[in-house]
Amino acid sequence: MSVEIPYITKPRPDTGLTNGKLGVWLFLASEVMLFGAFFSSYAYLRAGNTWDDFAFGRPGIEIAADAHADEHADEHAEHATDDHHGDAHGEATAHGGHEGLSTPLQPSIPMATFNTIVLIASSVTVVLAWASLLLKNFGRFRLYWGITIAFAFVFLVVKYFEYCGKFAHGFYPKTSPLLGLYFLMTFLHVIHVIGGIIVNGYLLGPGSKMWKTDPERFTQRIEVAGLYWHFVDLVWIFLFPILYLLSG
Amino acid sequence: MSLKGFHVVFVTASALLALGFGVWCFTSPLASSAGYRVAGAVAMLAAIGLVIYGFAFYRKISEIQR
Repeated sequence: MSVEIPYITKPRPDTGLTNGKLGVWLFLASEVMLFGAFFSSYAYLRAGNTWDDFAFGRPGIEIAADAHADEHADEHAEHATDDHHGDAHGEATAHGGHEGLSTPLQPSIPMATFNTIVLIASSVTVVLAWASLLLKNFGRFRLYWGITIAFAFVFLVVKYFEYCGKFAHGFYPKTSPLLGLYFLMTFLHVIHVIGGIIVNGYLLGPGSKMWKTDPERFTQRIEVAGLYWHFVDLVWIFLFPILYLLSG
Repeated sequence: MSLKGFHVVFVTASALLALGFGVWCFTSPLASSAGYRVAGAVAMLAAIGLVIYGFAFYRKISEIQR
């Protein structure tokens, strides 16, 4: 005996949504609260600290070198040791010891900009994939869905190099409130991107068999996965200006 | 909200970000190099492009769903 689950492809009369869509929106609501807490923490910590303490850490916390210019890293380390030994790091910044570096995230802005373009493009390909299914073009769907996954991998690779750059210059989560929140929020976002790759990969691979047996339900699944992916990208749309552009 | 609606919201947010980034490139002391001026101009054009894309997308997907 089999039980038929209602409202998989037809909207529920009470909510006007299908089961899957209702579920994903409830999940996304909880995600808004999760990320919202970190955005609030950012505002609270930034308002409660001087800029130098917030961005570079408390006086006495030693930062290995200037993240502004790789080629001058050694020279800057020497400056920091000779001229500002045991002194406030903020003072070094104020006296030009960092050659105009206003934030440890400043060197990452080009990479973050590139990643923003990548994620916006991936949201476009998600919608194109969904539209391809509405037009019953499964081959085109596979192409766009595959490109979306490729974009997600590109994002992760760029993020890897961004993190490596930070670590190479002695910038760690413990260095300052700004860097603590930067690593926390961006890594949480990275986890969501990885989750998206897993789900989207399943729908491109084994999950795509459903297209032959129940195309309407499969299209519904793609729409739900697309909603999640849009949310992940929308979070980045907020993270990018707040963490990078406004951090100076 | 359907994916169609959410995509429109997303494109709107992206266009606003592109516009904001363009302004930032021309005004922020962090964006001091000449490359940022070019990036700012490109971002402004991208903002216009995203608005055009948003309208085109909405029209096209509404046709498909009919």
